[in-house]
Amino acid sequence: MKGRIHSFQSLGAVDGPGLRYVIFMQGCTLRCAYCHNPDTWEKSSGTEYSAEEVAAKAIRYKSYFGENGGVTVSGGEPLLQWAFVAELFERLHKAGIGTALDTAGVGDLLGARAVLHHTDLVLCDLKFAEEDDFRRLCGGSLDRVLEFLKLTQERNVPLWVRHVVVPGLNDSEESVLKIAAISRQFRNLQHIELLPFRKLCEAKYDAMGIKFPLRGYDECPAATIEKLQKVIEG
Amino acid sequence: MNNKAWEGFCSGNWQEEIDVRNFIKTNYAPYEGDETFLADATPRTKALMNKLNHLFELEKEFGGVLDIDTQTVSSLTSYNPGYLDKEKEVIVGLQTDRPLKRGVNPFGGLNMTRKACESYGYKLSDKVEKEFQYRTTHNEGVYRIYTDEIKAARHCGIITGLPDAYGRGRIIGDYRRVALYGVDKLIEEKKKDKVLYGTKNMDVDNIRLIEELYQQITFLGFLKEMAAMYGFDISKPATNTKEAVQWLYFGYLGAIKEQNGAAMSLGRVSTFLDIYVERDLKNGVLTEEQAQEIFDDFVMKLRMARHLRTPEYNELFAGDPMWITESVGGMDEDGRTLVTKSSYRMLHTLYTLGSSAEPNLTVLWSKRLPQNFKRFVTRVSCDTDAIQYENDDLMRERFGDDYAIACCVSAMRVGKQMQFFGARANLAKLLLMSLNGGRDEKSGQQIATAHAPYEGDYLEYDKVLELLSLYREWLAKTYVGAMNIIHYMHDKYAYEKTQMALHDSEVHRFMAFGIAGMSVLADSLSAIKYAKVKCIRDDTGLIKDFEITGEYPAFGNDDDRVDDIAKEQVKLFYDELKKTPCYRGAEHTLSILTITSNVVYGKKTGATPDGRKAGEPFAPGANPMHNREKNGALASLNSVAKLSYDICRDGISNTFSIVPQALGHSNEERYVNLISILDGYFAQDAHHLNVNVLNRETLVEAYNNPESHPNLTIRVSGYAVNFHKLSKPQQQEVISRTFHEVM
Repeated sequence: MKGRIHSFQSLGAVDGPGLRYVIFMQGCTLRCAYCHNPDTWEKSSGTEYSAEEVAAKAIRYKSYFGENGGVTVSGGEPLLQWAFVAELFERLHKAGIGTALDTAGVGDLLGARAVLHHTDLVLCDLKFAEEDDFRRLCGGSLDRVLEFLKLTQERNVPLWVRHVVVPGLNDSEESVLKIAAISRQFRNLQHIELLPFRKLCEAKYDAMGIKFPLRGYDECPAATIEKLQKVIEG
Repeated sequence: MNNKAWEGFCSGNWQEEIDVRNFIKTNYAPYEGDETFLADATPRTKALMNKLNHLFELEKEFGGVLDIDTQTVSSLTSYNPGYLDKEKEVIVGLQTDRPLKRGVNPFGGLNMTRKACESYGYKLSDKVEKEFQYRTTHNEGVYRIYTDEIKAARHCGIITGLPDAYGRGRIIGDYRRVALYGVDKLIEEKKKDKVLYGTKNMDVDNIRLIEELYQQITFLGFLKEMAAMYGFDISKPATNTKEAVQWLYFGYLGAIKEQNGAAMSLGRVSTFLDIYVERDLKNGVLTEEQAQEIFDDFVMKLRMARHLRTPEYNELFAGDPMWITESVGGMDEDGRTLVTKSSYRMLHTLYTLGSSAEPNLTVLWSKRLPQNFKRFVTRVSCDTDAIQYENDDLMRERFGDDYAIACCVSAMRVGKQMQFFGARANLAKLLLMSLNGGRDEKSGQQIATAHAPYEGDYLEYDKVLELLSLYREWLAKTYVGAMNIIHYMHDKYAYEKTQMALHDSEVHRFMAFGIAGMSVLADSLSAIKYAKVKCIRDDTGLIKDFEITGEYPAFGNDDDRVDDIAKEQVKLFYDELKKTPCYRGAEHTLSILTITSNVVYGKKTGATPDGRKAGEPFAPGANPMHNREKNGALASLNSVAKLSYDICRDGISNTFSIVPQALGHSNEERYVNLISILDGYFAQDAHHLNVNVLNRETLVEAYNNPESHPNLTIRVSGYAVNFHKLSKPQQQEVISRTFHEVM
């Protein structure tokens, strides 16, 4: 099975527990206003690799993974290429390597089921708590994400919910509490991780000639994240 | 042999003969706990360190050198005792009669001494000039023999940094012997050896050795005299912790008064000293606070050590380094950790006294180090950027469990092995010279034997390799020849009497060769093989530049296509070196280490087929070239890990810089992740890693406003340096390096 891949990051220390080899898949159907990697949107670009090749690359890093580390497949939206990811994860499991899926949860549910079979951890971006916001700022449907989360619960795969905080857009206590409430409906939830909105990606947008929708917004200070993290942890 | 100073120690072979390792093994207490037992700096320590910091500032204001004694030739007893603060100091002894005042040491070379004085506004005194009028220096000896070819190779920069005008360094005296046995016992043993060698055939080697033993014995006598000037009798063994540190430090002080070697490393002393600390703590005659004070004072002394250098020297080895390398940690051959509480005390000086480049603290990393210690040292790395890591599991197999690191990455058994240090050959330039029929690509001058230059517009891999073989042979032979001359003359005119007196009389010698530009060569050959490289010639037919079409796999991406080229080229060079025998039967070794000379090497090298422009710096050590790593930090580490330590027994240096945010969300996460990185890297038999955890912005800020971060310490190839002691081009090079960031 072949997959289209945007890039590899051999040292991922912020996408799941421990050190992680991160594979960025090419292609995404969402158009999130704060997307960090607009260069992963287009489905037809990237480079084609077989699941076997990618597994072999990842296995080279096994000595760094320790007890908690492993491979994280991110993107783009990895569930768009679910058959590839499913095969990759199966191969990694055979090699004794832990797997994490970093997704927005908007793929095909049947495909997702196949991937979850070999997934040790789901990192799901829960972008907005309201359907309207989700549609307006991401171009997708919140309901589908919730369906996906139910599936992770049914399969009993540990879940981390991640949520990007943009000052002036979703940084109120009320807003993050709503995210927390939705997340806590799921028994497999282990952790809610708030991430600061950053604008390092602006240059990418400029280079690609796309308008960066949140250009007018400020980056999120670390203190805000700390404060809101305390709010949701009560 | 029985001795009151040894009361309470377990007996062993160490009492029968000079055997420090046996003393450690039979007496030390492994420590697996955490750092909570450590004591903070006392008010005394703080006051003393403030005073010293003030002197450091003055030194900076005076252009890097506070004062020079141009009247006195540096030796063990040539200066009156000097103090930082006689009332407050726990450990005493300075190189000259005043703190940070530098002595002159013309034994390596008179010219260099003159130039060094002049570049700081001084003039070497007529008195010293006169004293050396009828004396041959090491430098003069060397130049009597150097051929035109060696001089040309040196001048164009295909071989650079040869220790032919100053002390060669990289020799570690076993300073612990002074504390454990006292100097009288050491003299007695040397005298016995001298008698023994007197019964052997009087051939050249034996005569030289017996004369050296004579000198060693004389200088052990001077060492006692030097200590007596400070009011100490070191003829007998040290009786407590304070004396053990003092005796040991006198040994080291004698060495740096006598020699201005490039690297004057300390060895592996913390765990040895811990045995004295444990005994004193047990006997209730020492508190933890006092123990830390003794370590703090000792380290302050080490931070004050200085040699007088020329600006040209500083260009190669920036930041006034002494490489007072202290190796900490590791495991013993029975599987016990050699970490003790004093390993912590030594590293803790980075907090009690603040971060610093010296001593060059080196953690010997083993997969099996206690978890608490791993966590502590990674914390120190994240806080200070002042320590480096070397693979103990790899070195212990080859050097036993009582080796230490000289300079940056050179392992040797303490007191049993030494090395002849020897700079490095520029392999990127070798490639260009091979294409140009032995001419220097910058000046056009014929350097090596002439041969038809590369013909045709496009470079073909096989043809290039053939030419490279031809000139590799020339370079290796020239290089070994130069080294043999240098070390013959150094033994003859500037022999390390104090340091070698603290070795066994029969030592194993390495001759340590080095290479620079390894990743430039590998990438260039990869470009030739996988992309299209066109030669651009000047009017005289000299290839001056290249046009590259297409992409090529670059070193640092864990891609075997190019990593195998790197491995092959390193092996070929080493094999070629071995074809010429070394002076005094030394064993050839090789390092991939540049210190900060990667900037100068780059300056002296024309454009290369990898797309690097003429004059641009090389990557340091074995690092991949800047910004060619496309797969993140671990891929880069994996590429370097493929280089064989058995080919490069003198070390493979790699410098790793990462922004804190890319290493984890919280401090605790960062420590754990850094442990995983070190475990994973060294599990692949990699050798060395410098770790910097800092933001590029910090460096840019320090570059623009030097006052904003006066004590910023960073690791460069194999050592740590105060950022402000680097030249502006060196600072720029450090800033332009790859910093691993979050995507």
